[in-house]
Amino acid sequence: MKNIPISAMIGLAFTALYFIVAIFAPLLAPYGMAEVVGDVWEPSSSQFWLGTDNIGRDLMSRMIYGGRTTIFIATAATILSFVTGSILGFLAAVLGGWADQVMSRTVDLIMSIPTLIFALVVLAMVPVTIPVLIIVMGLLDSTRVYRLARAVAVDIAVMDYVEAAKLRGEGQVWIIFREILPNALSPLVAELGLRFIFMVLFVSTLSFLGLGVQPPLADWGGIVKENKDGIVYGIGAALYPAVAIATLAISVNLVADWVLNRTTSLKGGRG
Amino acid sequence: MHPIIKLVSQRLALGLLLLFGASALIFGLTEALPGDAAQAVLGQAATPEALANLREEMGLNRPALTRYFEWLGGILQGDLGQSLTNKLDIADSIGNRLGNTLFLAFWAALVSVPLAIFLGLLAVRYRNRWPDKLISGVTLTTISIPEFLIGYVLVYFVAVKLGMFSPLAMINDSMSFWQKLNSIALPVIVLTLVVLAHMMRMTRAAILNVMQSAYVETAELKGLSNFQVIYRHAFPNAIAPIVNVVMINLAYLVVGVVVVEVVFVYPGMGQYLVDHVTKRDVPVVLACGVIFAAIYIGLNMIADIVAILANPRLRHPK
Repeated sequence: MKNIPISAMIGLAFTALYFIVAIFAPLLAPYGMAEVVGDVWEPSSSQFWLGTDNIGRDLMSRMIYGGRTTIFIATAATILSFVTGSILGFLAAVLGGWADQVMSRTVDLIMSIPTLIFALVVLAMVPVTIPVLIIVMGLLDSTRVYRLARAVAVDIAVMDYVEAAKLRGEGQVWIIFREILPNALSPLVAELGLRFIFMVLFVSTLSFLGLGVQPPLADWGGIVKENKDGIVYGIGAALYPAVAIATLAISVNLVADWVLNRTTSLKGGRG
Repeated sequence: MHPIIKLVSQRLALGLLLLFGASALIFGLTEALPGDAAQAVLGQAATPEALANLREEMGLNRPALTRYFEWLGGILQGDLGQSLTNKLDIADSIGNRLGNTLFLAFWAALVSVPLAIFLGLLAVRYRNRWPDKLISGVTLTTISIPEFLIGYVLVYFVAVKLGMFSPLAMINDSMSFWQKLNSIALPVIVLTLVVLAHMMRMTRAAILNVMQSAYVETAELKGLSNFQVIYRHAFPNAIAPIVNVVMINLAYLVVGVVVVEVVFVYPGMGQYLVDHVTKRDVPVVLACGVIFAAIYIGLNMIADIVAILANPRLRHPK
């Protein structure tokens, strides 16, 4: 662990910082999430570090709680997407034949519709709650994980050790979890970071459109929506989430790049 | 039959099949999920009798398959049905807005495609030196911020602080061509930034891939200048992947447009869709969803066909 490049160190530090702030939000936030404490759109001061929002809530506290909501939803959706996508992908690779065909063509069909449009169609029908958001985002995104997992697993499934496991009579579950999974883990972990960022952007976009996290619960996309009217008067309250999302995305990207480089160099046999 | 014609017609047929599947999927979703148009009109508190009456009146109690084919037949004849909320004909409402959306996407494509290819070439030419690093840094940042935030950052700094361009992109028929262009300047810049990053990174990767081949090394060794190597040897072989990248990003533009229209209150399809999703106006959502999916599938299909035409290796499937 001692030769981690500087960029990955910075990325890890910032990512960890965001997650710590998200977990300990109630302890760190100076005011309550929906507590009206001041005037409308006060400038930043020693009392309100980032000023106040469109109805006089402390923006710093909103950002901290908002980060908690956004990061929680993105994490949950990423986990769902990975579990579903990789298990189905591995299964398709192991089973092959018509099961693989059915699953792969279904995924092709789902991916032929733009993700955002698909999500909008679904959200027009069902009430928008946090569990619904997590399920919709996670399942839609699992198509991408499926493709990656299947592509990786198809290469592994023809290896001698998998053949050996089959010959000594191991079941499908053993082959998927004990033979394929450990060997497919590195590319999947590198992908994990990118999917997580995509989820953060996705949930922020949905909230901004008014179809994600519902008020008074705070989240980064919602903060933009609430404060966007201030922009034409030169009030930058809606821009803080941009800084938060961009720094989080860039730091996770830096970590993912490092993981990816490490795994490819492992394949090259240098390490 | 000529193998190219055969392959291209296969692609076309596949595209049509996909389109049919996508429309069935979207329609099926609205059927499978709880709640329907009658529920949306009457709200959650409606009595079962009122619901049943309205379903009868709207023809919702007939089998789903019958209604699907009626709906599909209607779309093929240009009849998209009626909006639930304002009883207007959807095709009439969409006609103008679709034109506006395509106008916006067209200008964004016109600016971003040449720029992305130029920057991609520049990044390869100065690989690992400051121009490459600068371009990579800027594009990494724009990828990491959602479209709507790039939009507001630009509105804040360009429209409000500098007083250039209008923060809202209102257009109507009485405006002259230049007035229209001026008013869509900011949304076009946002869309350009969003697709530029993806397109430029993929162009750079495609050309770098070609640059590692033996004939490029030969060209270098026989003393051609760097730009000539790229222009004469690398670029022609990178055309197929680049065209693919461009098409995928134009398809991406279709989605980006939805969000950007909401930011700039632009009277296009995207805003119409989002408005009606909030109002739970199912027929409008269905119609817009299918149109967006059709454009997306169409562009991806063109990308496939161009790739086949540009790359002889793809003409002979294994």
